[in-house]
Amino acid sequence: MSVDSRWSLQLRRLFARKVVVLAACMLALIVLVAAVWPAVSGADPNAIAVSERLRAPSAVHWAGTDELGRDVLLRIVHGARYSLLIGCVTAAGAVLLGTLMGILAGFFTRLDAPLMRLVDAMMSFPDILLGIALVSILGVSLWNVMLALVVVYTPRVARVVRAATLVLRELLFVDAARALGVRTHRILWAHVLPNLMSPVLVQLTFIFAYAILAEAGLSFLGVGVPPEIPTWGTMIAGSLEYSDRAIWTVLFPGLAIVLTAVSLQMLGDGVRDMLDPKLKKAV
Amino acid sequence: MSAIKATSRLEVRGLSTSFATDAGRIQSVADVSFSIAPGQTVALVGESGSGKSVTSLSLMGLHARTSQAQMQGEAWFVRRDGTRVNLLALREDRLRALRGNEMAMIFQEPMTSLNPVRTIGAQIAESVRLHRKLDRAAANAHALRMLELVEIPAAAQRVHQYPHQLSGGMRQRVMIALAMACDPTLLIADEPTTALDVTIQAQILALMGRLQKETGMSVLFITHNLGVVAQYADAVAVMYAGRIVESAPVHALFADPQHPYTRGLLECLPGVARRQGHSLAQQAGFQLFSGPATPRRTRLLAIAGQVCSPLSPPPGCAFAPRCPKREGVCDCAMPALQSTAPDRQVRCTVLARQPIANHHDPVTA
Repeated sequence: MSVDSRWSLQLRRLFARKVVVLAACMLALIVLVAAVWPAVSGADPNAIAVSERLRAPSAVHWAGTDELGRDVLLRIVHGARYSLLIGCVTAAGAVLLGTLMGILAGFFTRLDAPLMRLVDAMMSFPDILLGIALVSILGVSLWNVMLALVVVYTPRVARVVRAATLVLRELLFVDAARALGVRTHRILWAHVLPNLMSPVLVQLTFIFAYAILAEAGLSFLGVGVPPEIPTWGTMIAGSLEYSDRAIWTVLFPGLAIVLTAVSLQMLGDGVRDMLDPKLKKAV
Repeated sequence: MSAIKATSRLEVRGLSTSFATDAGRIQSVADVSFSIAPGQTVALVGESGSGKSVTSLSLMGLHARTSQAQMQGEAWFVRRDGTRVNLLALREDRLRALRGNEMAMIFQEPMTSLNPVRTIGAQIAESVRLHRKLDRAAANAHALRMLELVEIPAAAQRVHQYPHQLSGGMRQRVMIALAMACDPTLLIADEPTTALDVTIQAQILALMGRLQKETGMSVLFITHNLGVVAQYADAVAVMYAGRIVESAPVHALFADPQHPYTRGLLECLPGVARRQGHSLAQQAGFQLFSGPATPRRTRLLAIAGQVCSPLSPPPGCAFAPRCPKREGVCDCAMPALQSTAPDRQVRCTVLARQPIANHHDPVTA
């Protein structure tokens, strides 16, 4: 029994389900292609070739071309970089901020009401509406979209973490730590936080998926990423009016969104099941 | 008495603790006094809600802030360097420096008092790193030594394990190792064996006894199990409804219980009931549990009635509504704790008015 036996055991349980393996492979493939392909091919995703506009998928253009003759597949691969970046940054930012808020609200009774009313206020707006409002105020740019999405998803994490902290706070090992003379900040860091890992990990994967969808939505509505950056959302938004003649211009970016989001959701489900002790037997 | 006071490691005087509830302040512990000499074990005995645990948490300063606990009285603790500090008046940071270092606590539930996501070695090491300022390697080595001290087999492997990989008895050993890590002079054990099965209970008690002998620490042992008390404690304080009703050396208490509540408690022990055929209970005037009693099988006694609610305590003695020896005077005022022998005290008005020699012979009384 080594120190890492717990994690290797957990991972083995996680990948015991075929659908989780499939999702993980899918994500690995997406990340690999997004990382390697643009560097290898060196082609410009924004290169315009008007003579080649709205070509159907062929041996040259596997996913066809859009209204400006740009290669759809090349733009999807480049878009994956931005979508994954947005997903990563948003999920990490929302989880960090949300965990901080949630743990403070859950552990310190005095902070509970002010922090949670703030969270309530933010959650009372529909996600996409709050995103639109924030990007409108901040201005359209890649970083502002990520900032807006962090603001949108932080309250979700804060809620979940607060609920978990409320339970943990009352457990005897917290009292036992205090009985050993451990300081409050150390109790939060060393005793409460590690126990929050499972709900936080689950939130991380789900927010990753939500953020990719939300970025596509915002870009589609014109308040997301600037159109010169090829994200999946801007691709669909730009080509929508040609979709009756050239369905591939929206179909393939849409498929990329669905595939990534579904894979992430599957992985999130798998992580949740792995970390839920009540489901241990069933897995 | 004064000699004992001068040498006692912990001396509690008039400890009272009250909490804020929706129905107003309730007095959980009132006027509790006892002292523990170095190397001695004092048992606090009583049923659930009698204030045993509140007493221990008051001493450790571990009440939740939301409960708005108010404490009165004094608790003088002699530190390793010989200075005396009042635990109830100590600043939080000074008290924290004592906790886990000079005074430690073992909790009832070994299942939940260990952090499930940290190795037991890390949890033991945390305490010594905190109080002894050891570096990581030295702290880990100390953790290993502590696990060996509490007789955990294959300690070198166990030190890297998580609580869920250990059985209940093992976890309680780890809790003891945690509490003992900084070599405390006072150990508060809050029902340390209640959640364990009987054979493990005996092992844990033997272990605690051995460690106590080796280190000379004082133990405040909180329990509702009189069998454990008889085996382990030097002196006993029986609590009822937040007050000490009788305190005595352990042999004296079991040989000659004076307070009606103590007698009732002892009669609840199956062994006592069988051996004595309820003589004590009948003398004390308790109603035996109804039902056909065959000569070979005696029925266990149950003290009639319920513990009084702390929200509406009876006007006089808290035990009066359930007491078989109740008299009119019992409802007038809370009786004071009175000495019946140099080292014995009883809180009973009726008893105090009778000659001590006759009190267990109610026929003549």
